[in-house]
Amino acid sequence: MSESLDLSIYVTRQGGGTAHLDLAVEGIDCAACIEDIEGGLCGLPGIVDARLNYTNHRLAVEWRDGALSPTQVVEELGRLGYRAHPFRAKLVEEEETRRAQWLLKCLAVAGFASMNIMLLAVAVWSGNVTDITPETRDFFHWLAALIALPAVAYAGQPFFQSAMNALRNRRTNMDVPIVIGILLALSVSVFETINSAEHTYFDSVVMLLFFLLCGRYLDQAMRRKTRAVASNLASFRAEVAHRIEDDGEVVLVPTAAVKAGDRVLVRPGERIAVDGVVLSGSSEVDESLVTGETTHRPVRAESQVYAGSMNDNGTLTLRVTAAGKGTLLDEVERLLENAAAAKSRYVQLADRVAKIYAPVVHTAAAVTAIAWIATGASVHDALLTAIAVLIITCPCALALAVPVVQVVASGALFRAGVFLNAGDAFERLAKVDTIVFDKTGTLTLPTMSVTNAGEVETSLLAAASRLALSSHHPLATAVAQLAQDRRPYDDVTEEPGRGVRAVVDGMEMRLGSPAFCDAEAIAEKAAATDPLASVIAFSWGERRSVLLVRQALRPDAVAIVRNLRERGFDCRILSGDRPEAVAPIAATLGIATWRGGCKPSDKIDALDALKAEGRKVLMVGDGLNDAPALAAAHVSLSPISAADLTQAHADAVFLGDRLQPVQDTIDIARRAHRLMRQNLGIALVYNLIAVPLAFLGFVTPLVAALAMSGSSTLVTLNALRARGRASEPRPEAAPSPIVPVTQGA
Amino acid sequence: MDVLIYLVPMALLLGLSGLAAFLWSLKNGQYDDVQGAAVRVLSDDDLRK
Repeated sequence: MSESLDLSIYVTRQGGGTAHLDLAVEGIDCAACIEDIEGGLCGLPGIVDARLNYTNHRLAVEWRDGALSPTQVVEELGRLGYRAHPFRAKLVEEEETRRAQWLLKCLAVAGFASMNIMLLAVAVWSGNVTDITPETRDFFHWLAALIALPAVAYAGQPFFQSAMNALRNRRTNMDVPIVIGILLALSVSVFETINSAEHTYFDSVVMLLFFLLCGRYLDQAMRRKTRAVASNLASFRAEVAHRIEDDGEVVLVPTAAVKAGDRVLVRPGERIAVDGVVLSGSSEVDESLVTGETTHRPVRAESQVYAGSMNDNGTLTLRVTAAGKGTLLDEVERLLENAAAAKSRYVQLADRVAKIYAPVVHTAAAVTAIAWIATGASVHDALLTAIAVLIITCPCALALAVPVVQVVASGALFRAGVFLNAGDAFERLAKVDTIVFDKTGTLTLPTMSVTNAGEVETSLLAAASRLALSSHHPLATAVAQLAQDRRPYDDVTEEPGRGVRAVVDGMEMRLGSPAFCDAEAIAEKAAATDPLASVIAFSWGERRSVLLVRQALRPDAVAIVRNLRERGFDCRILSGDRPEAVAPIAATLGIATWRGGCKPSDKIDALDALKAEGRKVLMVGDGLNDAPALAAAHVSLSPISAADLTQAHADAVFLGDRLQPVQDTIDIARRAHRLMRQNLGIALVYNLIAVPLAFLGFVTPLVAALAMSGSSTLVTLNALRARGRASEPRPEAAPSPIVPVTQGA
Repeated sequence: MDVLIYLVPMALLLGLSGLAAFLWSLKNGQYDDVQGAAVRVLSDDDLRK
């Protein structure tokens, strides 16, 4: 990086004259890194504190204001061998952290209360069969009430709030029967304590709360971990722009520092980092990551350009427009609103069960009370038995059945390189029967690559790729990927719009357009073999060669798509690119149903048609033009290279250059869904046994405690199977390194 | 059984102090970097200073 990046926007000033910067650090893999980084930074003059969080790979640095610039910190880290990217915590993440802390506090309170109440309860149970005096028992019951009431009031808040929310929206969820059960059990226990009765249920209530909070906390922790990694990855993309100051000076700043109305300079071969209108200059832009279209679009003054496009051959000056002001963005935004509104709210499995469950249980309790009164029991006994039915059926196992599987399965996905955005996506993924792929950037790699490398003489290829290191042109970047020797040649001159040349060992070397290299004849012949590829020519003295550059399929795309088709999934392609460009890809993959030239609204129409046939569609896409389709599909996936807006609307995001995660996601989701149903089955069987016992009046607090902890444990153990064997037979499972999009610097 | 009058409140007090200690450590940020804490034990940076 020849010019330095102005990072001051990320610095926060703190009291006492210190400046603070948060960084997400790449390449931390062992404990020694902590010492390296912290020790190394503390060597810089002016650093007050550097603390690395090893769990989420974030570094907090503080220095005396004015003693250092943030860029120096990043450069020092670079010298130590770590790439660091300024990082600003998103609001959502802070919110989740607060919630996790709150759940942990509730968990601690419930844990404390259940231990102490169990201590008292066990004493009462053993005393009841030996010689406890009624006074001692009352004393213990009052103590238990003293602990349980405030503990439930505090630790039960997550459930009370969720149940209230559901009721306010005229829905029920699992938390409604839980709250009813808890409150009834508490009040009956207090009533029994006042009447110095033998049995109270304080221990069951608090233990139930403790188990449920464990499930909630684990769920939250998993989601938080996923989100932390995902936002680190987002900051690794580190997009920057050249901003033109009022005095005409050009400074390199992070895109976060660019405001609407600023002027930005975009050089040839740079990725455009902002949405804007061209003020001056003319060029061609490659918008394949935005619209899927692989043909370049010419732009000149007054043209609209979008973030994520690649500037090809001319220098552009842009005026930055606020997001959502372009014609394409407007359309995408409007479609997104419609898609989100039209998407019928999917009712989660657990909530569907709760909908049936709550009335059944409450009817059972009522029937119990009536039956006991009818057979001549006192109203007091009848009510007690009815409440025992409610307590024993309080859906402890039921409330753990789904979330615990979700936690374990999202852990398995995490290891496969897939981050889940939506917790309920498993159930939707498991039902998928049709998979619709976008082409550009989804089936193909987001970057260009050389297709005929095997046919070019090795020494020429090595020289060409090494020369390409000195060029910024997108085609040259693809050639440069092949370079074994990563040292650029000396004294390379770049002729804008034509190519690069250098003199090596007394002979001139040229890489660029066929005319520039005097290789038009062979270029025409090569272009005829592959009309969709771009041609780049190379000459070295008298020797000539031509390289074909185009977007290549993801390395395992053919195998994965074949596998998915063999397993009965209906695979299709909906692309924004020209039909001529889609046809060969569809043929290679053996996909019979495909469409090219789709506008965002066409994609939604196609998805709606599939939906009308009763199909459950998984949409896999990455472009900005796919965002509405991703929101409209039954469930959606996008690669990590996708546009931000697109990622936000996908249910899950996958890493790496391979398509394997798509298959893994479906497999893991299906297994998770099977386990969820099994768990619900276990909970049902438990209820079938427990309810008759409670009905007949056999359920004492001891039995309730055993039954609850037993069924919860069983369900949790079963859920652990969701980790599954899938992670084992995958030697290449390590997510391939992500190629950060850092062009433009 | 009069001893219960002292023993039970004492047991409760002990439990409460455990809870208080946990809440304090949570507030103190001791659970922010659990993996880091596990490996920092091994570093001997305290010897150099």
